[in-house]
Amino acid sequence: MTATMTPLSEVTRSDAALRMFLHGLPGVDQVGAQARAAALGTRSIKTTAKAWAIDLSIRMVDLTTLEGADTPGKVRALCAKARQPDPSDPGCPPVAAICVYPAMVPVAAEALRGSGIHLASVATAFPSGQAPLSVKLDDTRAAVAAGADEIDMVISRGAFLAGRYLEVFEEIAAVKEACGDAHLKVILETGELVTYDNVRRASWLAMLAGGDFIKTSTGKVQPAATLPVTLIMLEAVRDFLAATGRKVGVKPAGGIRTTKDAIKYLVMVNETVGDGWLDPDWFRFGASTLLNDLLMQRTKLATGHYAGPDYFTLD
Amino acid sequence: MPSKKKDSAPKSAEAAAAAVPEEPQRTRLAVRKTYKLYVGGAFPRSESGRTYVVADSKGNFVANAAQASRKDARDAVLAARAAFGKWSGATAYNRGQVVYRVAEMLESRRDEFVSLEVPAAEVDAAVDRLVWYAGWTDKIAQVLGGANPVAGPYFNLSSPEPSGIVAIVAPRKPTLLGLVSVIAPVIATGNTCIVISDAPRVAITLAEVLATSDLPGGVVNILTGSAAEIGPWLASHADVNGVDLTGLADAKLAVTLEQAAAETLKRVRRPAAALDWSGDPGLVPMTAFLETKTVWHPKGL
Repeated sequence: MTATMTPLSEVTRSDAALRMFLHGLPGVDQVGAQARAAALGTRSIKTTAKAWAIDLSIRMVDLTTLEGADTPGKVRALCAKARQPDPSDPGCPPVAAICVYPAMVPVAAEALRGSGIHLASVATAFPSGQAPLSVKLDDTRAAVAAGADEIDMVISRGAFLAGRYLEVFEEIAAVKEACGDAHLKVILETGELVTYDNVRRASWLAMLAGGDFIKTSTGKVQPAATLPVTLIMLEAVRDFLAATGRKVGVKPAGGIRTTKDAIKYLVMVNETVGDGWLDPDWFRFGASTLLNDLLMQRTKLATGHYAGPDYFTLD
Repeated sequence: MPSKKKDSAPKSAEAAAAAVPEEPQRTRLAVRKTYKLYVGGAFPRSESGRTYVVADSKGNFVANAAQASRKDARDAVLAARAAFGKWSGATAYNRGQVVYRVAEMLESRRDEFVSLEVPAAEVDAAVDRLVWYAGWTDKIAQVLGGANPVAGPYFNLSSPEPSGIVAIVAPRKPTLLGLVSVIAPVIATGNTCIVISDAPRVAITLAEVLATSDLPGGVVNILTGSAAEIGPWLASHADVNGVDLTGLADAKLAVTLEQAAAETLKRVRRPAAALDWSGDPGLVPMTAFLETKTVWHPKGL
């Protein structure tokens, strides 16, 4: 699908070349994408398949707290929940990662030591991304130095929407370098990108610049993750793999609250990019309330009666 | 059809004017009501798509009614939970006004209930009962709560608080008075409820009364169908706080539901003896789903 005349290594040589490449990407059929997403959302996943999907979803959760009111105590409680989401059932798998602000990284690193759970930190002036590059890079280095092994950066939507694509590209590449060994997730904030065409362009831009994951949203802007937007990002990831041989992960974040929603995403992943992405290394859910609903559904399957929110921790 | 003869040529202008309005009379198509569920203030069909036939007392077909499934029960619990915070937080005075408004609306629909084979005296009793509970909303706290004398420099105050979501099995007879008698005390005290009724016409007509009475959506949810099918799901649901089995005639099912409710420590109301629905209800229907909160407050000088 990459109907580009120049090889991919050439397209980032100049602003003009990058613009020509991004604007040369095929346009997204908006109605078609929405219809496809809606159709995939109607699949019925029951019994053993549902149990498998719930456990996989739990393993894919990036358990997130990104509030100004976060305290070390709250982060520790969240880490304990990440290790053992359902204390009444030792068979319940741990989540993929904890996602916190850089200031909370040392606390979380201590609480997660030895658990194998990844520690993600947002960086680069999250959530707006409106800060000088040097500040963003320092933000990133500080988070990595404190123990984060995954960095969730935000792109400069202002620069992107103004058409300064190379600036965004170089910024992502610089943050990637500052990450060192840490995984880089690039937050596109699709709720501010206005069109699906822009989502496709930003996805390619982030992947070209070296992002290991592309992530829909910060969770601070509405709409956050939606099924059509995730579909477009999954297609971009699939096409990028075909064009370059490099596999990139996808993380919808924000607004995914129910097991039913999570399973719709899993169906879409399987149907769009295949089961190679049905793995916490390649697909994540950025969520906080989703985990409780997954646990309630898991309990319902195990006990045969509906579970209630009173029986699970609030955060 | 009118069998008036028509002249081919009108004799005068007056006769012509009289002849003009005479159009062929059309038989109007009957608008039949499908009785659906009442969940979250809306009237959805059953998620399962099932219906069952409702007959009148002579066995004639009168309507199709939605037959609720366990997923409708699950949705109703979500609706009831969503409504609980606002309803339980409303002032007792406000709840009283709303329950009184229900009585007013029921009064204005009395003919409709009579046409559904509810005796007129029973409609009157149901309206009176609502008014009675409307009066109780801001008095029950004074009767059940109060200041407790303690040996120390503290105020010690007890006040009754609603339990949460109550699952109710409505009695088959008396249809309307029974239904009102189980719903009114539960909502008057600030709980929200899910009612299983097997009398769809009366239950859903009452739902129409509730829907037009300033009662927030989700405070009362009515599922029509089988208590044996839906009851166990509600009785075992961990987000339901109480079960009212007063209207359940099937003793064996009642025991099953009690056992299921015990699993999550629900409050259960199940009178030992058969109830006289027309008698004075007393306070038990209200106290069954209230819990007492006691607060210690230091006394200053």
